[in-house]
Amino acid sequence: MEQKNYAGIAIDLNEDGYMVNMDQWNKGIAVELAKEEDIELTDKHFEVLEYIRNKVKSEETLTIRAIGKSGIVDIKGFYQLFPGGPLKKATKIAGVLKPASCV
Amino acid sequence: MSKKEEHPLKKVCIICSKGTIEDVYAALVMANGAVMEGIETNMFFTFFGLDAITKKTMKKLHTATVGNPAMRMPGGLPFPSVLGIIPGVEAGVSAMMRSQMDKLDIPPVDEFLEMITAGGGEIYACKLAMDMFKLKVEDLSEQVKDVLTVGQFYELSGGENTQIIFT
Repeated sequence: MEQKNYAGIAIDLNEDGYMVNMDQWNKGIAVELAKEEDIELTDKHFEVLEYIRNKVKSEETLTIRAIGKSGIVDIKGFYQLFPGGPLKKATKIAGVLKPASCV
Repeated sequence: MSKKEEHPLKKVCIICSKGTIEDVYAALVMANGAVMEGIETNMFFTFFGLDAITKKTMKKLHTATVGNPAMRMPGGLPFPSVLGIIPGVEAGVSAMMRSQMDKLDIPPVDEFLEMITAGGGEIYACKLAMDMFKLKVEDLSEQVKDVLTVGQFYELSGGENTQIIFT
């Protein structure tokens, strides 16, 4: 496990760079994590991130399909918000572990 | 798994040549998975695989209950082949499989194709097989981008770190 500073806080990351403890997350950290993925966060991004965090908190499986049906974005919109691997990038920025999901 | 790959996949071209639920879904899951990873993805449907992109058949794919040694009864007992030939059994078994998949959030074929194209994946049909089955472009799902010859498919498959996968 490594530690890296985001928004002035030392954050625990796993070997893939995902936050290990989702309670360490805040919006400032998200902005910096997003910058590493070349994404500038908008309100829409944060809505998706909150959705993802809530799903993970309630231990529901996270799939692209479910996000497309969340009423926040459709699947196309989700790909546009987080280009080149939306579920991977969105979970990283949301401060949760990468989902073990094939769909 | 922790080691970073030096040459990550850039493009996959997935050929689907069979029309059973399991063959079509193997291709769809792999294609959608590639799109999710940010890998450029092309799908090429040929022969019976065309059923998966033909409007009339795409929602009614079946799994074989005859000649399928891996078939089991719910509970794990072997599935007698003679049962499989009874009218309606194959449809019932197939419906059961589809409902199981739905529980895992695996979408029906038409929605799966939409998911793939929404992420930038492209769907193609094989010209030769279309001619063989007397299918027209209008018969195919709107998600299909084009009808290609083998040569055109290989043109699409060019480039570094590209893989062709045949199912």
